[in-house]
Parts: sequence; C-alpha cells; structure tokens
Amino acid sequence: MDSGRTMTVLALRNVSKSFGPIEVLHGVDLGLEPGEVHALIGENGAGKSTIMKILGGFLDPTSGELLLDGQPHRFASGPQAEAAGVVVIHQEFNLAADLSVAANVFLGREAGGFRLDHRAMRAGTAALLDQLHSPIDPDALIRDLSVPDRQMVEIAKALSRKARVLIMDEPSAVLTHREVGALYEQIDRLRAQGVAILYCSHRLDEVAHLADRITVLRDGRVVRQALRGELDESGMATAMVGRELQDFYPPKGQPDAAPALEVQDLTVPGEVHGVSFTLRKGEVLGIAGLVGSGRTELAEGLVGLRPSHGEIRVNGQPTRVRELRDAFAVGLAYLTEDRKEAGLLLEKPLRENLTLAALERFGRVRIDNRAEDAALDRATAEFDIRAPRRDMLAGRLSGGNQQKLLLAKVMLPDPRIIIIDEPTRGIDVGTKRQIYAFIRKLASEGRSIIVISSEMTEVIGLSDRVLVMREGRIAGEVAGAAMTEENIVRLAMGVSSEAA
Amino acid sequence: MRRLNLHTLGPIVALIALVILGAMLNPAFLAPANITNVLARSAFIGMIAVGMTFVITSGGLDLSVGSMAAFLAGVAIMAMNAVAPALGVHWGTILIGMGVALLGGLAAGWLNGALVTKARIEPFIVTLGTMGIFRSLVTWLADGGTLSLQSGLRTLYRPVYYGGIGWITWPIITFAVVAIIGEWMMRHSRFGRHVEAIGSNERVARYSAIDVNRVKLMTYVLLGLLVGLAVVLYVPRLGSASGSTGVLWELEAIAAVIIGGTALKGGTGRVWGTVVGVLILSLIDNILNLADLVSPYLNGAIQGVIIVLAVVLQREKSAADER
Ligand SMILES: Nc1ncnc2c1ncn2[C@@H]1O[C@H](COP(=O)(O)OP(=O)(O)OP(=O)(O)O)[C@@H](O)[C@H]1O
Ligand SMILES: [Mg+2]
Repeated sequence: MDSGRTMTVLALRNVSKSFGPIEVLHGVDLGLEPGEVHALIGENGAGKSTIMKILGGFLDPTSGELLLDGQPHRFASGPQAEAAGVVVIHQEFNLAADLSVAANVFLGREAGGFRLDHRAMRAGTAALLDQLHSPIDPDALIRDLSVPDRQMVEIAKALSRKARVLIMDEPSAVLTHREVGALYEQIDRLRAQGVAILYCSHRLDEVAHLADRITVLRDGRVVRQALRGELDESGMATAMVGRELQDFYPPKGQPDAAPALEVQDLTVPGEVHGVSFTLRKGEVLGIAGLVGSGRTELAEGLVGLRPSHGEIRVNGQPTRVRELRDAFAVGLAYLTEDRKEAGLLLEKPLRENLTLAALERFGRVRIDNRAEDAALDRATAEFDIRAPRRDMLAGRLSGGNQQKLLLAKVMLPDPRIIIIDEPTRGIDVGTKRQIYAFIRKLASEGRSIIVISSEMTEVIGLSDRVLVMREGRIAGEVAGAAMTEENIVRLAMGVSSEAA
Repeated sequence: MRRLNLHTLGPIVALIALVILGAMLNPAFLAPANITNVLARSAFIGMIAVGMTFVITSGGLDLSVGSMAAFLAGVAIMAMNAVAPALGVHWGTILIGMGVALLGGLAAGWLNGALVTKARIEPFIVTLGTMGIFRSLVTWLADGGTLSLQSGLRTLYRPVYYGGIGWITWPIITFAVVAIIGEWMMRHSRFGRHVEAIGSNERVARYSAIDVNRVKLMTYVLLGLLVGLAVVLYVPRLGSASGSTGVLWELEAIAAVIIGGTALKGGTGRVWGTVVGVLILSLIDNILNLADLVSPYLNGAIQGVIIVLAVVLQREKSAADER
C-alpha cells in the first residue's frame, strides 16, 4: 500500500462489511497495481470472496471506500464494474446452464446487430478456448459440461472481456496441472499487458509461483502483506492460521487384505471403458488423471448416478447398483465435485442440508428436529464448519465451509465405502489437514475410501495406492515408492513406455 | 429475521384486514350463516389447493384439477344412478359413488404423475392435455347437458354438504382436517422434506439418494385424491355435474398457493399460507357480493391485483437481501 498509491487502479480503504448484525470484514486496506499479480489468501470464511465481490461491484462496503484510479467510487452493479474494466471470476459459477458455451462467453455483449452473429461468436469462443488449450466445443451446452470444463469456460469468458483488473476467486480449485498451466500462461500474458490481477487460491504452491504480492487475511482483517519471495508456503500457512502447521499428511495405514469393493469391466457408455479394480478394507485408493479422463464418470457410474454396466461386488457379494439408493443400501456413498448443482440446497438452512440423505435416521414418522440439531452441532464441531449463524442458508456459507458441510452430509448415513470427488475443493490448509486426518481415521476404522483429486500432491500424500486414468481407461497403477508425481503424469498423459 | 416474519405474516395480515373491512361494510358479514357459507365454499378449492401446494413445491404444476373434478363428479353420479336400481336409495349406493370419486381421483392423479415422471413430459403440457381430456369427457358423458343424481339419492346425500356439527358443516371440518394433516406433512414428514428438496434442486435431491420420481408421482396422486375428496363433498351440493362444473378451479387453487407464499418455481411450501390464500380469495368474493361498493363483476380484477401484489412483495424481500 505504501509504495506507489498513485499507480493503484483499484483499492479498498478501511473497508468493513456486515451481513445483518455480523461484521465479516474489519477495516481492510488493499490496493491492486497494474502489471502485478496480487494474491489474497486466508482461511475459509476469512472474507476473501467478500472482498472480491466488493471490488467487483457485487456488494457495497458497509463502511470505508472503494477507490478507482485513486478516486472514491461506487459501482452500482457487477456489470457496471465490468464496463469500467473490473472483471470477476466467481468462486461459484455464473453461467447460464441452458445456453451454449459461445452464448455464455458473449453473454451481455453479443456480436452482431439485431440479428446475432452466431458465427463470429463461435469463432471468437473457439479462439479463446484455443488460447487455453481447451478442447471444449463452443456449441456444447453448459449443462452438459463437467465442473472443470465449466471453470475453463468461466476463465475464457473473463478473458474475452477487456479487463484492466481481473479478479479470480479460486479459479484453479477443480483444475488439474494441465489446465492450471494454461491458466498461468494467460495470467503471465495479462500481467505483461499491464492488467492488475487479484488471485485467490488455497493451493499455496500456486500462490508462491504466481504472486508478486501477497495479502494474508485472518478473520476479516489483513494480518500480513508480503512481496514475492518474502513468504514461503509454510510461512503463508502460518500467517493464515495464526499458528505453526506440521505433518501435513497423516502416516499411511495397513490396509486389510479383504476386498471391500470389486469392480469388473465397468463401462459407462461413451465415458468409461471396461474398468476393473479392487478396493480393500481400510484402504485409501487415489484416482488421478487429467480433466476429461473419466474419473467422475467412473464414480457416478459406480454408484448408480449414470447408466453403466459391469460387475460390482461389495464385501464379496455381487451387487446391482442401478440407482444411488441401491448404493446407499450397501453402504456405498459418493461425494460430488459439483457442490453447487448437485451437492447442497443453497437456499435451505444448514440443518436441512445435513440430514437430507439420512432422514430416516431422524424419526420414523415425524422428523425429530432436536435430533437434527444435535447432529448439526456434532458435524459443526467435527468438520469445523464456521457458520456465523446456525440458521443461515447453506449458500451463505463461504465456499470452503460449504464443502465441509457437504462432507458432513455424505458421512451422516455412516457409509462403509466412500468415494470422494475432490475432497478438499476450496478448503484452506489448516482444514485440509483435518480432512486428511479424518479420511485416514475412516480407513483405520476399516472403511474404504476412494479419493479422486486433481491436486497431485494430495493424491500422493493421502493414498495407499493410485490408479491413473486416461481416456476412460485405467492407464496404470502406482503404489509405494513408485507413487511419484512424475510417474502419475506420465501415465495420465499416455507417454509411458507400455500403454495400457 | 424480523423482516422475514413480516413477510411470511403478510397474507395473514391481509386476511385480518379483509375481515375487518367486511365487518365494517356489512354487519351481516359476521353472521354465522355467512361465515359458514364462505368457509364451506372455500372448502372445495381449499382441499385441492392443499394438494396443489405439494405439487408446486416439488416444482410441478397441475392445470387439470378443475376438469378432473367435473369428470369425477360426472362419473360418480353415473355410478350411483347405475347401481341405484339394484341397491336402492341407500347409503351403500352413496358410498359406492364416494369410492368411485376417490379411486378415480387417485387414478387421474397417477396418470398425470406418471406422464410427468415416467414419460418425462413437462407438467404444464401434461396437465394442459389432461385438462382438455377430462373436460371433454364429462361433456361427452353428459351429452352436452347435465348429469343429475336421482332425486331420492340427492335427498339422502344432501346432509353431507349441508349438515355438520352445529354451524360447522362437513366440508369445513374435512377442509380443516386436510389442512392440518397437509401442514404437518409438509413440515414434519420425510415426504414434505423430500418435496421441498426436489423443488429446490432436483439434482441435489437425486444425489442425496431420494427417489425423485416416486416423490413427484406421489404429489400428483395426493392431489388427485384430494380432488376426489372435494368431489365427494361437492356432489351433494347441487346433485349434478356438467361441462361447466369446476371451471377455473385450477387457477383459483394455484392463485391461493401463490398468495400463501409458496414459490411457483418450487422449493418452499406453506400449506397454512395456502389456506389463508383460499380464504382471502373467497372473502373478496363474499365482500363484493355483500357490499355495493364495487360491482361483483370486478371480482376477478381484484383477485388478479392481489396475486400480482403477493408476488411483488415476495420479490422485494429477496432483492433487498442482495447487497
Ligand atoms: N450473504 C451473506 N449473508 C451472511 N453471511 C455471509 C454472506 N456471505 C458471506 N457471509 C459470511 O461472511 C464470511 C466470509 O465469507 P467469504 O465467502 O468471504 O469467505 P472466504 O474467505 O471466501 O472463504 P472460502 O475460502 O471458504 O471461500 C463467512 O463467515 C460467510 O459465512
Ligand atoms: Mg471464498
């Protein structure tokens, strides 16, 4: 803040923000300079997204000022801020599900006059996606895209606007290293063009790599500002959490020999082709692979959320899983990566969300609200869900806290086999550790866990064994000392000597 | 929190205001006979609207209920007339008629629900179709005229509409019971939770292992059954059915649901709100008939204003929460 205030494009001065009676930001100062990547980090619920929404014109500060080119300014709305060159990529998607990719990218600034110029929009979109090395079809409907692909469309959409300030709220949370690489390229390009960038991520290695300046937020206050090189990853974590963190990944376990889940020739038409594997009791099995390799489709096929065929045995018993209910009945649960569209009812309170998949445990005829409340108390404590108010809507929780609530919801029916798609999507370092420990504890209780993750270090650190998928098939398996980033990437990209 | 309460209490406040207005305009308004009359007339739409609340809350819609009521009334009357020669003017005959209405309602609701969930057709389209079908069937059965219950049976059946416990007639009692059970189901049962979850986000419901199709089907079946129940109480009132029976009931029922604070897009259901909505609509009608202030012909216009107003008030609340 002290250096070159005159250069600052967009800044907050002594900004506080309250939702109802609860103040979530307390006197925040922050300045964005052209040609600089500024990272904003902090625990879940620290107020990062709130700051970004204020900067992007989606929220008004309760007190304090927003400065545009050094002058106090008020954006009446997000689109108005965008017209002034301030573009936001939100943590939660803002795409129209029933429109095509191209229509979304050009939403609000359609090409052509009275008659839309579809060809120009399609070509423009294709060019943008090409810059991002993304194979998405501009004519595809958003509804049909996977979560990572939707994120890429968000990024393409933001790139298409002529931004002076680009604000990115966890753009990489669901991306694998390939997409993240493409994102870095674009960030470097924009930085060189003098765009001011505000970047938020819980992947601290990214922050160390990208950021010219780092602001650390804790409980709605700026607690630390640092320049590139002044703060390493563990320094960031310490500043965020306020205490030292060590032993990131829990020690690995001793899986039982008995198989919990045997999958033979599982095929999800068009997505997954003849996948076979065995999951043992007490095992944490990682599934790695690039975006589009069929990891989520495999999981959804397995639990009956997509049409599939193949043989499944649970605890040695042949089992037919045609609906998710069948999977639940044999103790098989699935945590979706699509938190907003498939995970939580954003317009319902926490309690309703927590118990939705396990209502029969709360009374046979009349739902016992008191028991539900008790369950919510337990979940809040166990998963460290930070909710300013317990009767708030799930959609008002910060992103990471929504993820914790979703995890609690999936665990409530007490499943024996749990497939977790992106377990720590949007979760801060401190809580990540808790979740890893939690997953390990589940395994040590004799449960079995499949972890699908695009974060390579997470898959390696957490799993006893890793399956690598490529183009809907299992490209290979790594375990023990062979479980290295290099080996996994090689299998995922298909450059290994023996292609499976 | 306080604003939320004001918002949910809005319909109640409107209802109380209407009652005071009515009492001021005409002293006859508060006479027991008038109150009985208003409540009994509300009962038909009311029971249907309670069922409609579940359908709408789950994200569905049913436009066919008015025609369905006419069709069921016609079929029930024909059934009673048909068995009368064998069974005579006897309660057994009437019970058969009631059974036909209830089972018919169940079947008709199942048809709507199955077309929506199994054939995956939009509820609007499905019930627009069945609305035409039921209406045309009853007109055809009546051969363009009126289907009338035999006069002996009519006399026997009459007390089901006009009788009761003191001032409180059977339709009022039935409506109250339906409303209380409906409110309880929406609030405290798994079914109610599932209905709200599906209307709120169907995909989330599916990913929570809820049998989405079955729950949706059940909402239509429940509504059909309640239409049947309304018919059971409606037939003794006039003892006849024709192509013009139950015209626009579907819109009145939907309007009551919306006025009561249930979102048309689904997700939040308020059965008690629906009850208040039904009462508001029939009070407006009643007050216009009793007082000479405004022509009763303007009834529809006033109801329309109320519906739009109710939705605008709901909208304003969420917009104010945004920033
Ligand atoms: N509309 C709202 N109403 C009430 N509280 C809100 C609202 N939006 C955010 N909050 C609260 O404000 C706090 C900050 O939330 P914010 O989303 O900014 O956190 P964050 O730093 O982005 O966290 P995460 O890393 O989990 O995304 C949280 O406690 C959240 O519950
Ligand atoms: Mg956030």
